[in-house]
Amino acid sequence: MATTEEIRAKLAEIVNQVAGVSADDVQLDKSFTDDLDVDSLSMVEIIVAVEDEFDVEVPDEEAKNLRTVGDAVAYIERARA
Amino acid sequence: MSSRSVSGRTVVVTGLGATTPLGGDVPSTWAGLLAGRSGVHLLTQEWAQPLPVRIAAEVAVEPETVLERVEARRMDRNTQLATVAALEAWADAGLEVKDERVDPDRFGVSIATGIGGLHTLLNTWDVQKEKGHRRVSPFAIPMLMANASAGSVGLRLGARAGVHTPVAACASSNESIAQGLDMIRLGRADIALVGGTEGVVHPLPLATFAQMQALSKRNDEPERASRPWDVDRDGFVLGEGAVMLVLETLEHARARGAHIYATLAGAGYSNDAHDMVQPDPRGVGQSAALTHALADAGLTARDVVHVNAHATSTPQGDVTEALSIRKALGEATDQVVVTGTKSMTGHLLGGAGALESLATLLALQHRTVPATINVDTIEPDLGIDVATTVRELPAGDLAAINNSFGFGGANVSVLFTNEHADAPRPTQAGDQA
Repeated sequence: MATTEEIRAKLAEIVNQVAGVSADDVQLDKSFTDDLDVDSLSMVEIIVAVEDEFDVEVPDEEAKNLRTVGDAVAYIERARA
Repeated sequence: MSSRSVSGRTVVVTGLGATTPLGGDVPSTWAGLLAGRSGVHLLTQEWAQPLPVRIAAEVAVEPETVLERVEARRMDRNTQLATVAALEAWADAGLEVKDERVDPDRFGVSIATGIGGLHTLLNTWDVQKEKGHRRVSPFAIPMLMANASAGSVGLRLGARAGVHTPVAACASSNESIAQGLDMIRLGRADIALVGGTEGVVHPLPLATFAQMQALSKRNDEPERASRPWDVDRDGFVLGEGAVMLVLETLEHARARGAHIYATLAGAGYSNDAHDMVQPDPRGVGQSAALTHALADAGLTARDVVHVNAHATSTPQGDVTEALSIRKALGEATDQVVVTGTKSMTGHLLGGAGALESLATLLALQHRTVPATINVDTIEPDLGIDVATTVRELPAGDLAAINNSFGFGGANVSVLFTNEHADAPRPTQAGDQA
């Protein structure tokens, strides 16, 4: 079972790959749109990459609640539990 | 000689950018043209091997090596090429991105493409078929749409006077140059970035153009395949690349001390209304484009010293164009040096008009016309003076025309003069030749 930090680090890699944000900036308290400047289409790409990487499903109605990196990590942990 | 604009606004060219089969910028492209170098080569990719045509003129510098990774992956190849050329043209004009000397509401963009984001369209469909709809890129539509390049460049440089994408097959980017001229003359803008882009070296266009019998099959001699007006020509060579020009009013250019390469004095449109893919062999439509360009500039055939021809190296097209030039220019044709630079660059489709306009205005700037290469035995009785070696142009005020003709029947000629032009910059194109 991956730790919260391992999930965050993997997510940070995805955000860096998709949106060019430095992986070090992808911390739990950061908002994707307000702090990391991730646009809506990039967010869709990130969600799809998360589904592939963590073998989870993120329905569209859940995706829009993932405002911060912490929200996403918590969702992934719950979905894999 | 004195050209005149109907609106009284004179439009000059102040910035040039290019990424072509001959080089990743304008100086290397111009040096390649003067050196008579071919950008055509054998395609070594696995996908090319079953094709009847395995030659193309790919860009000399991969755009992904110039652009940042994340921006590049949100652009179709078409837009990657356009962006590289646009950024060079804008910097060459002495301008910075979102320059405070440029009023965004007076700045327009017109970037043409003939086909558009083909790679993105086909790759996305492959992903959808193989992996399902959930795996397609949300960026696919803004990447593949025809106006993706114009929109992307307009966004980056902050153009708000109008951002356009003329589409007229192989005449597309002469339409974009003509549209920039109109935009400024009509008072909608004071400065415009115009040009064209195409990046479709892909098995589908190669197979389908070959199926039309439009492409040269000279796979054993790629550098010799594009040979306008040679008796053994057997079709065009697919090329890729992008070329951009910065246009502005003479007053706007002078107010900021810009280097002026040339005056864009006129443009002429016509349509054959004859056949979807074959030119009207009587040359009626093509010659009308030249005639209209002259009238638009307020000049006569005697002012013209040079024509950069569409000259794709097809059996019918090259002969029809020669006829059309003489039909439009009459006896004055005898003093006109005609060249076909597609012999070196291949055919950039939606980028062709802009690339050949670049060659045309640099020929005026340097008073030097690049040769048409690979003409071993010239087609008899053409009635035009084809430059098979590099040729000098005379002193004084000169006019030159670039022709582009496209499937669907479109003919667009644009006319440049060296009125108001500054002397060539020593650090600019030409000194590497």
